[in-house]
Amino acid sequence: MTTAPTTPGAGPDDGPRPPLAASDAEAQRWLDAALAEAAGRAPGWQLRFAEAGRRCGPSDTPRVRLLCAARPEAAETARLYHQGTAAERRAVLLALDTLDPDPADGLPLVEDALRANDTTLVAAALGPYAARHLAPHAWRHAVLKCLFTGVPVTTIARLADRADGDGELARMLRDYAAERTAAGRPVPDDLHHVLALTGH
Amino acid sequence: MRIFDPHIHMTSRTTDDYEAMHAAGVRAVVEPAFWLGQPRTSPASFHDYFDALLGWEPFRAAQHGITHHCTIALNPKEANDPRCAPVLEDLPRFLVKDQVVAVGEIGYDAMTAAEDAALEHQLQLAADHGLPALVHTPHRDKLTGLRRTLDAVRASALGTDRVLVDHLNETTVAEAKDSGCWLGFSVYPDTKMDEERMVAVLREFGTERVLVNSAADWGRSDPLKTRRVGDAMLAAGFDADDVDLVLWRNPVAFYSLSGRLRLEPPAAGPTHAGNSILRGAPAEV
Repeated sequence: MTTAPTTPGAGPDDGPRPPLAASDAEAQRWLDAALAEAAGRAPGWQLRFAEAGRRCGPSDTPRVRLLCAARPEAAETARLYHQGTAAERRAVLLALDTLDPDPADGLPLVEDALRANDTTLVAAALGPYAARHLAPHAWRHAVLKCLFTGVPVTTIARLADRADGDGELARMLRDYAAERTAAGRPVPDDLHHVLALTGH
Repeated sequence: MRIFDPHIHMTSRTTDDYEAMHAAGVRAVVEPAFWLGQPRTSPASFHDYFDALLGWEPFRAAQHGITHHCTIALNPKEANDPRCAPVLEDLPRFLVKDQVVAVGEIGYDAMTAAEDAALEHQLQLAADHGLPALVHTPHRDKLTGLRRTLDAVRASALGTDRVLVDHLNETTVAEAKDSGCWLGFSVYPDTKMDEERMVAVLREFGTERVLVNSAADWGRSDPLKTRRVGDAMLAAGFDADDVDLVLWRNPVAFYSLSGRLRLEPPAAGPTHAGNSILRGAPAEV
């Protein structure tokens, strides 16, 4: 029996860990090969999309690059989203700007993510594609949802452009601020920031 | 004391449980797919459940500083329902996902022909996907069930060193250990094992390849039973390294057979800064 390696309350950080699937160099080689498969739409590139996390680490970027290389049709993009883990769904959302599907195909994915309670999905949904295509009512509710759930509004693409001159958004923000104040709760700094951008 | 609960159904537990688990030292969990108390009636119901195990539940766990992985399978009980069994055809698209670290829970409930077929099929799926298997042993006629389970494993393409047989007790531990499988024990308030009996089993059979879990779910169960076992081990004269082996290194070693276990602390980047579980910011910031 050896000396205790743990201290009370210690997390997993101080103990032995299994090696990750690959070193950085191995991950890069794997990704290069997978990108070539995706660009050629080789059968099985979707499997590369699924396993990219354990091959390359937790970043969303490798999956986004695979999607941008494969340029799947709208129906395939929607299937990858709906059959995806949270990480795969984020990658689809982040790739929408480049894939640029018809709004009739792409917006339902954005709207699905904006209904989620997983804030990483909400944040990923509010990229340039949403800025281009989301209707005013849905966009304002997305801004408000960020304030409710603590997603930094700096995440919202083209926030200043879309907020500029939006009197209805300004009204919603002021009402929310009043609700917070009535409850004895602080008004988030982000709210004042967005309110200033509206110019109202 | 760092704790890895290798079998807990967090979908059925509250945020209070997550907080108490973290305070007790739990830093990682594996949630096996199982039944929900209320029977499912279609594969689509499984799809939504599996998606929750791959999306929402890891997010919820991360809010409390706990890493969440899962195992995916058609459970033994619902393998008997012809409305549910077709989900077997859909399992491959879930088994390729990053957070899936085993096929499970599979095994026997009432030891029927339908359960034989589902077990055989899913042991093969585990072999095909490079995954280990988490095998539930039945509550009724337990020793017969263990023997039939081990026969099925030996007839499969999966080595016994890639199989965890769970819910063992004093009557089944010896044969399970002789098989070369990993040994799982569920510690419950009233049924299955308790802390003191668990300590006695560890004294008699040792700590190698032994995993202890709470198997906490929607029934009377306790997500802190892993910690209670660690405390009981220390009180009985085991040292901290023994506790660490049983409560951390053994589950890490078993699920690492998947090549997919990731134990870095849950991401806390800017997109994780928000906390929808709080339903808005707390009153005092």
